[in-house]
Amino acid sequence: MAERERARTELLELLVENARYSTADLARFTDLDEGEVEAAIADLEESGAIRGYQAVLDPGRDERERVRALVELNVTLDRETSYEEIARRLAGFSEVQSLRLVSGDYDFALDVEADSMNRVSRFVSEKVARLPEITQTVTHYVMDTYKDRGIEMSERGDDDRLSVSP
Amino acid sequence: MKLADRVERVPPSGIRKFFDLAAEAEDVISLGVGEPDFATPWSAREAAISSLERGRTSYTSNRGLSELRAAISERERKQRGLDYDPDDEVLVTAGASEAIDLAFRALVDPGDTVAIGQPSYVCYPPGAIFAGGEVLSVPTQASEDFALTRAALEDSGAADASVLVCCYPNNPTGATMSAEELEPVAEFCREHDLAVVSDEIYADLTYEGDHASIATLPGMRERTIVVNGFSKAHAMTGLRLGYALAPAEASAAMTRVHQYTMLSAPTTAQYAAIDALENCEADVAEMRTQYDRRRRYVLSRFAEMGIDCFEASGAFYVFPEAPGGDAEAFAEALLEEAGVAVVPGDVFGEGGAGHLRVSYATGLSDLREAMDRIESFVT
Repeated sequence: MAERERARTELLELLVENARYSTADLARFTDLDEGEVEAAIADLEESGAIRGYQAVLDPGRDERERVRALVELNVTLDRETSYEEIARRLAGFSEVQSLRLVSGDYDFALDVEADSMNRVSRFVSEKVARLPEITQTVTHYVMDTYKDRGIEMSERGDDDRLSVSP
Repeated sequence: MKLADRVERVPPSGIRKFFDLAAEAEDVISLGVGEPDFATPWSAREAAISSLERGRTSYTSNRGLSELRAAISERERKQRGLDYDPDDEVLVTAGASEAIDLAFRALVDPGDTVAIGQPSYVCYPPGAIFAGGEVLSVPTQASEDFALTRAALEDSGAADASVLVCCYPNNPTGATMSAEELEPVAEFCREHDLAVVSDEIYADLTYEGDHASIATLPGMRERTIVVNGFSKAHAMTGLRLGYALAPAEASAAMTRVHQYTMLSAPTTAQYAAIDALENCEADVAEMRTQYDRRRRYVLSRFAEMGIDCFEASGAFYVFPEAPGGDAEAFAEALLEEAGVAVVPGDVFGEGGAGHLRVSYATGLSDLREAMDRIESFVT
């Protein structure tokens, strides 16, 4: 059982690092056989531990030139309305890429993405700000991205080690 | 100018030839590198920068910054049960290489025999010779998992040696030795009164079980100099920082040589090292995890290709048999025809013949490409 747990954790770490590792390579990294890898991943997907797989893009090279903004939201709760309920309504919008409840000066932190600044602005003012529980929005447009989900956008430096050394 | 005999006796490193060949070839993926592909953890680099900004660029005390020695002493005690007084049993050096040189100079008189477990790192025999010693090779075998054995020590005549050099986890084989396996070696050294220079530079890169130091075995502390440093596990090769743990008398002797030849280890690197010990354990653990994955990957690939490869459990090398048996010919052909550089085992001394040192201190995508190339080359 402990061995199985260890393998699952290791598979998770590997998939977070690179979800495109082949089953054969994952088996080689972990000393599992390919069947066990497939089964463990199916398990993780079924249990909902793995919610999906996505590419990490460099926005500077994304030809679609998407516009991104971080939006801070303040809300008021009442007897009928919980954070979950507000979150559900916000998460439903396709423009909302991520949504988190945070501690500090505001309640929700959103990543919003659309294909123009105008659309992002309109989305925030017409869809988000108009929800009755929202008391304040602050929108920060993203000017440049240097690192996203652990991946740096700058060019990797050349390997300047001696090619053969003792 | 007449050059000293003991320098002329030492041929240039066999690795040099492969370095030149690899440097000429194009589109080469090198699995011949003996240092990490990771950069020094940022926190340690930042500490080095900050020490420069504050103008901390003077000499330190001969033995190294006391804060660093205290941190080294504490980590070695906690992680490996090596108990050394930071004030008179820890010496900070310019790389583990200097510590090895100092150990030889402190222990070896002209004509003394230095027994060296082989295959091993290329610097031990020249170091022993530069100190005036004679080199005795003690071979280790693939069939014995490249562990040093009592039988090999007896058969090679090591009973007459005054010093034994051993290195586990081992460069180039990736072999490790447990305390149980080390005990007969320790017993031999006690019986025949050998001092031991134990190069443990890869100690943190042990993948199956914990590292065992020969100095922790009964009766061994007083006859052992433990060498370690920051190059491998902390990815600090270019910062040149190592250390020696030794009983006070031997440590004082090494410090005397160090005092007159090096004065003190590089100050900037010492500040980086303090931070490395205080703040970089998670980085070390992460690098170890990455190496371990690659190790399993490379071992699996060689197994799938039908190439015999001993199950290396430390450092960042595997040591497969060279298909066809002639390691140098294979390595040259592999470089020219497939664009992959590996190092023939012969350059690491007796017992290395017929094997290849394959370093997995290379990013996974390059490693995969290199293994694909080797696979098509051998099939």
